[in-house]
Amino acid sequence: MPGENIILLGVNHKNTPVEIREQIAVSGGYEEPLAALKQIAGLRECYLLSTCNRVELLLVAEPQFDIEDKVVAFLFGEQIPRTEANHYLYLLYGQEAVHHLFMVAASLDSMVVGEVQILGQLKEAYRHAARFGCTGPLLNKLLHKSFSVAKRVRSETAIGSSAVSISYAAVQLARKIFGNLKDKKVLLIGAGEMAELAAEHLVGQGVAEVIVANRTLSRAVDLAKRFHGKAISIGELVPQLEHVDIIISSTGATDIILHKDEVKSVMRARMNSPLFFIDIAVPRDLDPRLIEIDNVYLYDIDDLSNVVEINKSERDKEAVKAGRIVDEETLKFQRWYQGVAVTPTIQALKKKLDDIALGELEKTLARMPQVDDIDRKTLVKMVEAMVAKILHDPLMYLKSESCAGRDNSDLKVTIVRELFGLTKEEDGR
Amino acid sequence: MEELTYLLFQAILGIAFVVTAAYLVYFISQNKQIRKIARVLMVVSGVLQSLYILVRFALAGYTPITSQHEAVFFFAWATTWAYLSFRWRHSVKNFGTFVSVLIFCLIVISSFSEKKIDPLLPALQSLWLPIHGGVSLIAYGFLSLAFCGGLMYLLLERELKSKKFGYFFSRFPSLDALDQLNNHCLTAGFIFLTIGIVTGSIWARQAWGTYWQWDPKETWSLITWFIYLVQLHQRFTVGWRGKRAAVMAVIGFTAVIFTLWGVTYLLGGVHSYAR
Repeated sequence: MPGENIILLGVNHKNTPVEIREQIAVSGGYEEPLAALKQIAGLRECYLLSTCNRVELLLVAEPQFDIEDKVVAFLFGEQIPRTEANHYLYLLYGQEAVHHLFMVAASLDSMVVGEVQILGQLKEAYRHAARFGCTGPLLNKLLHKSFSVAKRVRSETAIGSSAVSISYAAVQLARKIFGNLKDKKVLLIGAGEMAELAAEHLVGQGVAEVIVANRTLSRAVDLAKRFHGKAISIGELVPQLEHVDIIISSTGATDIILHKDEVKSVMRARMNSPLFFIDIAVPRDLDPRLIEIDNVYLYDIDDLSNVVEINKSERDKEAVKAGRIVDEETLKFQRWYQGVAVTPTIQALKKKLDDIALGELEKTLARMPQVDDIDRKTLVKMVEAMVAKILHDPLMYLKSESCAGRDNSDLKVTIVRELFGLTKEEDGR
Repeated sequence: MEELTYLLFQAILGIAFVVTAAYLVYFISQNKQIRKIARVLMVVSGVLQSLYILVRFALAGYTPITSQHEAVFFFAWATTWAYLSFRWRHSVKNFGTFVSVLIFCLIVISSFSEKKIDPLLPALQSLWLPIHGGVSLIAYGFLSLAFCGGLMYLLLERELKSKKFGYFFSRFPSLDALDQLNNHCLTAGFIFLTIGIVTGSIWARQAWGTYWQWDPKETWSLITWFIYLVQLHQRFTVGWRGKRAAVMAVIGFTAVIFTLWGVTYLLGGVHSYAR
């Protein structure tokens, strides 16, 4: 790949401990670091991504400049010496850099593979880079491509649909039972952290109301306030079952707090509409025999962990599929990039003119036996000089500095290629 | 002309097979492209089935629901269009797979019986034939959808209760969606069934002089009707839903099938024209 000047470097959660990442992470917004990056000589385009799990730079550099050291120094600052930095850093060029970018965008490089935030973070970072004029035609194209790769992975694989946390699993099961969660009510028994998290996810799915029951009412009131719900005392539990649909229990009680008979007695008043119990307390809060009641579903922490395990293996399968899509798109981008790169265009242009000139010369000389070797060399020299002179202006045009800070080399490459018919020849090959 | 109808029937049989195969492939692979094909072909199949019935109507001069072949084919047609009308309003994930298998089975069964067009028996020469027979078979169409939905409900419910998530968990819609499907199809089926029985009774009064003569078919229709009545009544009063409703849909459908075939072949009676 002629893209030796696309460089990606950064650190992520895989090989850099959080203490190091903390020092690198861009905390004060993108503006300052991007401005600093622009000062580095030989840097044509740049883009910076900073999330809690990774800091990455994507650069387009002039081939003759050696900018890596400067960028690494910029990234790690003075505190961390280069030798130590090398330990954490990954530095990728050309095709590998493109591949890595696509992997990140498609959420295949994330800590939680398939999570959805990364694409938003990528877009945010790109917006900043574009606003400060740091990106040019190549990065614009590359980053937009990475968004569409992410979209393709999302739509063609089920990578994002498999939830891999306990609270996601609870939501997933609730959706399997109730379909739409919009008009459903959630009852939290006890105010554990895990229960809170699960409730948060359910609220994210748009449940109608959250009711909190706790032994100490004040804690219940606090938690209820967070979800704009109401608080009840633990004694009101059974009558509440008539109105709620999803019950998450996580009290520290040592005994069962809800028995089969109690639940069975409310089913008639509920007109048998389903009840979904989630028991994440250890020891368990809910009678395991609840499951024997029609339209009652009971899952304890182990059951939910099983769901998580199934989801994980399911997701790994999808990740393989997603990886293939990324490979494919990387190749496609490479092919496009070859088409627009300056260097191969120059080579192709030179080759074309040389071929024509020397070819014609050969033909002519074949009909002129009187020409001796010395004359022949002179003629060759003359033809080569002509080719060089003809080439001079197009080459200057191709290599010329960007005007008004805007690099339009891909436009120039396209013009030259069309003008000299270079595209057609390559297609015909 | 008869040859043409024969060819048309073969084409329908072929398309029904392709639809079923496509739905099964979609069920396994979850490839959306294939589902699209299956959906389009399902509509094509429905249109061709309608055409076949119209052609037979034109040739015979009466509504083609008297012979075994015709009745079962009309049953398949009713199921197809009940599904398409339902599909048009509610989308239930992977429901088409189950329904397409059922439709294919019905068309195959109809292909085994005599397809010759016979002149209509004098007893059946009445305007009540299309009304009573047609409405009853349309009722069966909706009830068979409820059966498919009930079957899916039971499969998914078992996985949810046993907490062993197998093949169906990710492929099935929510229990709630299946329960609603059951409810809609049972209600529609029950209304048509009621109309079918009432019109049959009126016709019986005209043809045989009595509204009800406890002919095996009548008896079994009534049993079927009561099964569905109990289910609907319980749903509205004490909220029979979910598993019980699904079981009732399956039991009710067994009664439907018995009324359609069991009575004709095992019990006989005045209704046994179609053999």
